[in-house]
Order: sequence, then C-alpha cells, then structure tokens
Amino acid sequence: MNPQEHLYYYLAVSAALFMLGMVGVLIRRNAIIVFLCIELMLNAVNLSLVAFSSYLNDPTGTMLVFFVMCVAAAEAVVGLAIIIAMFRNRESVNISDINIFKW
Amino acid sequence: MNNAVLSLIIILPFLGALTIGLLGFISKAFRAQEKLIGLMATLAVAIPFGILVSVFAGYHAGGGASGSVNFVLFDWMTTANLHLHFGYMLDELSLLMGLIVTGIGALIHIYSISYMHGDSGFYKYFLYLNLFIFSMLNLILGDNLIVTFLGWEGVGACSYFLIGFWFTDMEKAKAAQKAFVANRVGDFAFLVAIFLIFFNVGSLNYADILASSSVFASNGDLAFWVALLVFIAATGKSAQIPLYVWLPDAMAGPTPVSALIHAATMVTSGIFLISRLSGAVFIHAPEVLMVVGVVGALTALMAALIAITQNDIKKVLAYSTVSQLGFMFMALGAGAFSTAIFHVMTHAFFKACLFLGSGSVIHAMDHTHAVDDPQDIRTMGGLGRFMRSTALTFWISTIAIAGIPPLAGFFSKDEILAKNFAAGYMGGETVYFFVWGVGVLTALLTAFYMTRVTTLTFNGQPRFPLEGHHPHESPALMTIPLWILAILAVVGGFLGLPEIIQHGHLNWISHHWLANESGYPVHNVHHEHLSVAIEAILIALSVIIAASGMLLSYRLYSSRNIAGDERVKRVFGKLYPVMSGKFFVDEFYNVFLIRPFVAFSRFIIMPIDKYVVDGIVNGTAGTVNILGSAFKLFQTGIIKHYALLMIMGVMGFLAYLLF
Repeated sequence: MNPQEHLYYYLAVSAALFMLGMVGVLIRRNAIIVFLCIELMLNAVNLSLVAFSSYLNDPTGTMLVFFVMCVAAAEAVVGLAIIIAMFRNRESVNISDINIFKW
Repeated sequence: MNNAVLSLIIILPFLGALTIGLLGFISKAFRAQEKLIGLMATLAVAIPFGILVSVFAGYHAGGGASGSVNFVLFDWMTTANLHLHFGYMLDELSLLMGLIVTGIGALIHIYSISYMHGDSGFYKYFLYLNLFIFSMLNLILGDNLIVTFLGWEGVGACSYFLIGFWFTDMEKAKAAQKAFVANRVGDFAFLVAIFLIFFNVGSLNYADILASSSVFASNGDLAFWVALLVFIAATGKSAQIPLYVWLPDAMAGPTPVSALIHAATMVTSGIFLISRLSGAVFIHAPEVLMVVGVVGALTALMAALIAITQNDIKKVLAYSTVSQLGFMFMALGAGAFSTAIFHVMTHAFFKACLFLGSGSVIHAMDHTHAVDDPQDIRTMGGLGRFMRSTALTFWISTIAIAGIPPLAGFFSKDEILAKNFAAGYMGGETVYFFVWGVGVLTALLTAFYMTRVTTLTFNGQPRFPLEGHHPHESPALMTIPLWILAILAVVGGFLGLPEIIQHGHLNWISHHWLANESGYPVHNVHHEHLSVAIEAILIALSVIIAASGMLLSYRLYSSRNIAGDERVKRVFGKLYPVMSGKFFVDEFYNVFLIRPFVAFSRFIIMPIDKYVVDGIVNGTAGTVNILGSAFKLFQTGIIKHYALLMIMGVMGFLAYLLF
C-alpha cells in the first residue's frame, strides 16, 4: 500500500465523521447531543490534519491539532455551562424551545 | 525698537478688551468703576499710539519693502504652497493710517468716558471699542491679505455690535443687521479677489504681490477683475453706491461710535485697501479706475442732495460722510491714491469733530427734557450761547469741510478736484471732466448743507421751550477732544500743500511721504503737471464755490431759520421730494431685492424644503425600514436554521472554489 492510498483511508474516515457530526447538529434536538456532534466535527478535522501532517512530513498540522484540542476543551466548559444554565431556566435541553434570539 | 514692544501695538487693545470683558462679566463691583474701565480702555489705545509715534519719528520714507518695520506675532499655518503668519508691516501707508486710528481712537475713548456715563452697558461699550481698535489695527498693519481680511471682518462685527448697542430698540437692532448684511455682500467680493490673487501670484503678502505686479500688468483681464472685486468690497465697507444704504442707518449707535467707526476710521478702510493694492493691481486697470471715479462722484452728489433735506443732525452728518467718502473715491478714480489718503486724514479730523460736537449737542438737548427728539435741528437753535466750545469747534469743522482756505478740507478737496481735472485735461479721458464737474457741484452743496445744519443748531433764537432746564456745555472730558480735533482740522491741511506752491514739492503727504516712485507703498497714476495758470484758476474756483455756498446758506438760514427750507424746495422743485425721500433707494431695494428674496425663501421652505430635502431624509429612513422588515423574516431565532444556512453557505463557497 503506497502512502497516498494510506492517506485516502484516513481522509475517508475523517469525511464520514464530519458528515455524521454535521447531520447530527442539523437533525438532533437535544442540546447535549448537538454539542457532542460539534465535538465530532472538530475531531474529524483533527484526524485529517494529523493525516496530512504525517503524509507531508510537516509537523505544523500536528501542532495545530493541539491548539484545536485546547480550544475544544475550553469550549466544552463554556458550552456545558450554557446548557446547564439553560436547563435551570427552561427545564429543558431541547434547542427548538430556545428561540428567543430574534426580533 | 524690538519685536516685543512693537507687538504691544496689536496686543494691548486686545488685552484691554479681554480684561474689561472678563472682569465686567464676573464682577458687578468692576462694572460700577466707570473711571477705571475708561482709563484701562484709553491706555490700551493711547500706548499703541505712543509706540506708533516713536516709530514714525524714526522712519525714513521711500525705503520700499526693506525699509518697513516688520514684526511677526506667530506663525499660523504652513503648507507646501501657503505660508500664513500673523505678521505686521509698518510702512508709510500703514503708519499714517495707524496714527489716525489710534490717535483719534484715543480721543474718542476719552470723550466716551463722559458721554457713556451712567449707561448700564458701560463696560461692554469699552470692550467693543477696544476690540474695534484691535481689528482695525489688524486691517491696517497686517502684512498679508488674510490678516487684513480678518481685521476687515472684525471691524464689521464690532460695527454690528455697536450700531445695535441699544438693541432693545427694534429699529436699532434692525439697523445693525442691515449694516452687517450690506457689508457681507462686499466681503464676498473681497474673498473672491483674495482667491484670484493667490491663484495667480501664489502668495498673499503685500510685498510679494507688489513684487509680482507684472502678473497683473501682462494680464489685463485679471487686473480688471481683481480691481473690480476689490472695489466692490470697498463699496460695502466705505458706503458707496450701491451698498451705501447701511451707513445712514448706522447712526443708531452711540454718537462717539459714529465718530470713530462710521466717519473717521472703519469706513475709510475701503480706500486704504485700494491704495494698498494700487501699485500691484489698480494702476493696471484703468477702466476700473474710471468706474471708481464715476461711482464716487455719483455717490458724493446723491448723498449731498439728500443731506440738504435731512433734519436729524446725525443724519446730515451721516450723508455728509457718504458724500465725503465719494470724494475720496473720486481721488482714487483719478489715480491719485495718495490724495485719497490725504482726504481720509483731513476728513477724519473734521468729521470726528463734527460727530463729537453733535454728541455734545444731543447731550445738552436731552438734558433740557423739553423736546421729544434731541437730534432734530428744527427744535434746536441758539445753542451757541449755551455751549461756546461745542459751537466754536463745530463752526471750525464746518468751515473746514466746506473747503475754505487755509483749513484742512480746502487742501484735500482742492487736490482731489485738481487731480481729476488733470486726468481729464492731460490724460485725455473726458469721463474725468464729468467727475470733476460733479465734484465742483458737490463741493457747493457741501458748503451749503453743512452751513445749514450748523446755523440752525447754534445760531438764531432757541426754538425749544426755555423754561425748566437750560442746555449747558459738556464737561471737559468731552470738550478737550473737541478742541484737539478742531485744531487738527485747522492745521491738518498744511501736510498737503497744493501743486501751485513749488510744483507740489512741499506736498508732504503726496510728494514726500506716500509719493509716486517705486519703493513707496502707494503708486499714483502719473499725469503731466497742470500749468500754473490753470492751477490758480481751479483754486480760485474752489474758494469761490465754497464761500458762496456758505454765504448763501448762512444768509438764508440765519434770517429765516428753518423756513429757509421753503426757498430750497422752490429751487429744486419736483426733485425735492425725491431728495427728502432719499431717492427711494431703500424702497427700491425693498421691492426688488428683499421682498423677492423673502418670497423666494418662502418658496424654498414650502415645496422644496418640505418635499425635496425632507423627502430625501425621510426616504432614507423609510428605505432602511422596509428592507429591515423584509430581512427580519430570516431571523427565526431557531439555532438549527442558522446552522443550516451556515452549512449551505460553506457548501456554496466550496462549490464555487471547486468548479
């Protein structure tokens, strides 16, 4: 198996993960699930970054992944805090109920 | 003399205005200190006068630009093409004008201390007066057109403040407004002239403009337009046809103001400006000079005709001022710029004296409480026996303005007429004969109406009730300035002896001080000298005209008093109502300028302002509103919709990039 074909597998898995995450964000109503789906999309991107990094022998992609993981951790904290605050106010984590951000 | 001392000339009047204004504003106790305020204000003008005198004493005429004493207060702005500074230049012309302004200004300050005694706006009056002197000195001493223009606007503003000094009287407030608006017309022309000069010369300094006078010499059209625009500016400030209408109304201000601003100094700034630009611009625009002369002559005649019919002592003097300014423009028209400045000087002496005298008369009449209008000469008469100093100085000034030798008015007026005759006879332009003829006729009228007003005021029997308070002479603070001015009105003329004496070599002003050759600030148009015989005939004519005017008037009015007007009415016939109606110029302007303007403004307000201007403003807001209500449909508040749109957007971009 040559390195290029190798890369294709990784990219295929990454794309599949990303699509799963995206569809999940669009169709699921539970805020926690939506949140997990966003994480899934982030990790899909991480996977493709690492794959390219390895393929091109360039550490930059790997470095970037560390940043993404840091930001994702911070985001998880903020996001979960928002969901908890939402639940305390609305007794619900269904995002279709949260539509007050409009005119 | 060093820079700091010279700077005081400009700074002191400003400081005076500032201190008096601030202290008066915050402290009631200061406002009551009339003597202190008056002393401060007078010193703020008298000290600059002293400095100017000492510069004058050490000045050598004819040194050109390098000979003048220059000083700079500070740089204003510097760009690639334009360098502006608050720079001042003391040369022959500005020194002479500066001496007149500060000298007469100081006298009038002293006079005002007594005249304005007890007025509730006492400190404000002196604040404005000092501010006026400051502006006027900027106008005269500035070494570039911008400083002059600032002064020009400043004196206009001060004139507005002082005409409307008693602004609770609607008439007076209106007179102030009229003066301001009429002056704005001229100011606009001045601005355009400045632009033209800067565009073509590239500098606004007088020295640079004079040095590049070849620009104007080689381009006749340019010289014509610049000269014409400067002349229009001068008609505003110096009250010539068609903008003279504000000056008679300006008499609404306190009388010393009329003497200082509307007779001796501010109204001559147009003549100063034309003389200042004479060498660079005006000698290259002979057509404009003819216009200047003719306009001056017509103004002089018209104002003199009106003055005969007026019964308000200040109105007579006001029209007389317009008429005398006309004489100065006649001199400018003949290219005799130095002669015009000579008449500015002599006129400043006797007209300031006349106005201050009329103020003294008004004070006295006011004191009697016997008449409704203390300015109406029909209810005066016989005042000479109550106020000797005022009567004597008034008579001296009347003789001076009428042109009886050897008083000041004779020399300057005779020189103006002679120069015009020479321009016609030697220069070959017949239009100057017309100007000369009108001038001679006006000289006759001048002698007539001035003697009329003086005789009716001071001679004969009192026509006001004598029971109760008698009118009495004004205090020394008022009579001393009167006497100083009267003496100057007697001797001032010797500074400009006529050409018949040693071919004008003894004419100090024109020959020695302002002179003709390059290197002097004023450049006269040269004509061959008239022969001695013609000179003698012209002088004899001047004297005869003046004497007969005075005699006629004196005989008429001293025997018949106010009824003498009936004779005048018969002589002028149908013209008389037109004259007493002031040629209906105000009415003409009212019908043909002001009312159409008001109607036009109304038209602008209704359809154009309401529908076009408001339409644009409201339309903008309305459009935003409509767009907003369309776009708000996209804002559902449901997070999924936003996410979907975002993903669709990213898809769209990807599709665009890939295919």
